Amino acid sequence: MIPLSWFLILGAALFCIGVYGVLSRRNAIGILMGVELILNAVNVNLIAFWRYRTPDQLTGLVFAVFVMAIAAAEAAVGLALIIAIYRTRDTVIVEDVDLLKM
Amino acid sequence: MTEIFDWVRLIPLFPFLAFAIILLFTQRNQKLSTYLAWVGIGLAWLVGWTIVFRAIADPHGLEEGFRAPIFTIPTGRGALQLGFQVDALTTAMLFMVPFVCLMIFIYSKGYMHGDPRYSRFFAYISLFATGMLGLIVSDNLLLLYIFWEVMGLCSYLLIGFWFEKPSAMKAGLKAFITTRIGDVIMFLGMLLLYSATGTLSFHEIFSEETLQFLKESTVWLPLFGTVPLAPVIAVLLFGGAVGKSAQFPLHVWLPDAMEGPTPVSALIHAATMVSAGVYLVARMFPIFALLPETASMSVVAFIGGFTALFAATIALAQDDIKRVLAYSTISQLGYMIAALGVGAYVAATFHLITHAFFKALLFLGSGSVIHGAGTQDMMEMGGLRKKMPITFWTFLAGMLALAGIPPFAGFWSKDEILAHAFEEFMHKGVASWPFFVWLVLSLGAFLTAFYMARQVFLTFYGETRSEHMHAHESPKVMTYPLIGLAVFAVFLGFAGVPEEFPVLGPLFGNNFFHHVVGHAYPATPLNWGVMGLSILLALTGLFLGWLVYGRNPLKAGQPDPMTKLGPVYTLLRNKYYIDEFYSKVIVRPAVALATLLFRFDNSWVIDPLVNLVGKVGVWLSDLGRIFDLNIIDGIVNGVAAVTGWFGKILRLTQTGKAQNYLLVAILTVLMLLGLYLYLPL
Repeated sequence: MIPLSWFLILGAALFCIGVYGVLSRRNAIGILMGVELILNAVNVNLIAFWRYRTPDQLTGLVFAVFVMAIAAAEAAVGLALIIAIYRTRDTVIVEDVDLLKM
Repeated sequence: MTEIFDWVRLIPLFPFLAFAIILLFTQRNQKLSTYLAWVGIGLAWLVGWTIVFRAIADPHGLEEGFRAPIFTIPTGRGALQLGFQVDALTTAMLFMVPFVCLMIFIYSKGYMHGDPRYSRFFAYISLFATGMLGLIVSDNLLLLYIFWEVMGLCSYLLIGFWFEKPSAMKAGLKAFITTRIGDVIMFLGMLLLYSATGTLSFHEIFSEETLQFLKESTVWLPLFGTVPLAPVIAVLLFGGAVGKSAQFPLHVWLPDAMEGPTPVSALIHAATMVSAGVYLVARMFPIFALLPETASMSVVAFIGGFTALFAATIALAQDDIKRVLAYSTISQLGYMIAALGVGAYVAATFHLITHAFFKALLFLGSGSVIHGAGTQDMMEMGGLRKKMPITFWTFLAGMLALAGIPPFAGFWSKDEILAHAFEEFMHKGVASWPFFVWLVLSLGAFLTAFYMARQVFLTFYGETRSEHMHAHESPKVMTYPLIGLAVFAVFLGFAGVPEEFPVLGPLFGNNFFHHVVGHAYPATPLNWGVMGLSILLALTGLFLGWLVYGRNPLKAGQPDPMTKLGPVYTLLRNKYYIDEFYSKVIVRPAVALATLLFRFDNSWVIDPLVNLVGKVGVWLSDLGRIFDLNIIDGIVNGVAAVTGWFGKILRLTQTGKAQNYLLVAILTVLMLLGLYLYLPL
């Protein structure tokens, strides 16, 4: 079998890439994409641990489904926020949205 | 007997109360001030004469003297007991002083009439009377000195009474300063006496033991080495007399003192204050006579004799009626001092008394002339005999007394001095002070007669030399005192007629004055030769005066025949230039020194130092200001600046960018993770 550590390393790598994306993307949608990556990395971690530790229980699976649902909802909300900001500030570059009041 | 003597304490008190009340309460009320002053001096006169007549009734009791202590001043180890006393000398003075003062007080009402400071005048002369009366009844040197100074103060106040005149103010200052010089010397003598004997009371000084102790004591002086103490004390005390009695060289103040009102001249500078110097020497006579061969007597005799002649010569060339009398006073005081210098204690005292009466009379008479004629310059007068008869006759009486014409008072007293001097000279030979005194005083008698004749003829005879003369006789309040004094000028001499004089001697109690005053001293024998010579000199002087001034009285515009003496006349008229000499030699250097010290204080040293200190203070405060502004404010501002800087730095964290905040959060999580994993908690 593939050692567990390889999945964890994958998960960590994805997490780091995702964090890097969140912190360094100028476009708000890019940040959201980074967030998605983070969430997926978390999913990989969860599934890996489920498959290698407690494959006969559904806990890990269900947790991962929950995370996916949350991710979807959160992406929808995030995009709605970005659209709202775009409507008022006329930009999606988060750097430019640094003041509460224009 | 002694109860009335207790009242001697009151004698100086009455005029003093008058002075105080006038000064404090009645300055605006001229009538009241006058009567107060009159009451003050009048009471002193009544008490004084009561005491005098009681004392005369028992002359032997006077030898001990009666003492009335007043208070005690504790000083160091001992105590000074101050008080009053009545003895022979005091009795003689008490006879003269209150009466003469009273006459002058009465006269002043007329003379000072209309003066704006009338009441103040009476206050001052009352204070003066206090001083003189207190002086003659004091029983110790300290009290005497206090009253001496009171009189000096009054002299200053009264000479400068019309202080609007700068000449009067200067004269007052001159009098005060010149007599002060004498006073300081006298005080030194007093100190020396006190340190040697431990007492200043006359009674104790003149006790046998003290006199013997003084006779033997010596003192070391820088220039002279070890000398006997008594003459040093005597000469120092004499210094006070030289100042107060206007003897050479401190005589310069008396002629200038004529700037004061004439009653002042009569009171202070003829009758009483100037005789205080003579009184002092007479009072301290036992010390002077202790070692007769030493300086104590010779200095006195020389200065007295010299002054007598010296002043008489100056009087010859003066035109101001009061100046002639002033120099005459200086001269006559010289007579008294010279008499004391040859040991003629009784004669000197007698002359003091008689002189007071006729000199006061002459001054008041001259005041009457000035009041009536409106001028003091004799060259402007003339013919006043007819216009002012009472003044004339009383003045004549005074003049004859002064010139020494028998039977007037001045003759007897002057003659006694001359006789005593002559007798001493017979004992000691020609090279002695008595000879000098006799010679000089005889010459002086001649000169006295001459200048007085000159004065009388110029003033009263002939025709008026001034067109504006509206001469009139003075009011009764002024002429009555003249008459009162004239009586004494005529008759007082009889109290001192020598015993051996036929008829008059025994008639008047065998030299009554001598009995009362000079009981301890031998009487001067009558010397017909001396008496004859002095009468001759006086008559010659009068005759010469008549020859020059009386036979053809001067007309207006005619120069004084004295000017024929040329340079001698100029020298005499300018008083031997002594005032100018003093001015150059003493006054100018003193003023220069004062200016130097002033510059030292004001420009060169003291003020610059003070200003420097001020500048340093200002500089220090500038330093403080810099410190405060830069450092203190710097700190305070610095705190604010640092806070602002921190704020500026920290503000950078507020970028407003969500990604930065997220970064911080993630870093914090990593840090906490590291802490959690690697720290043993």
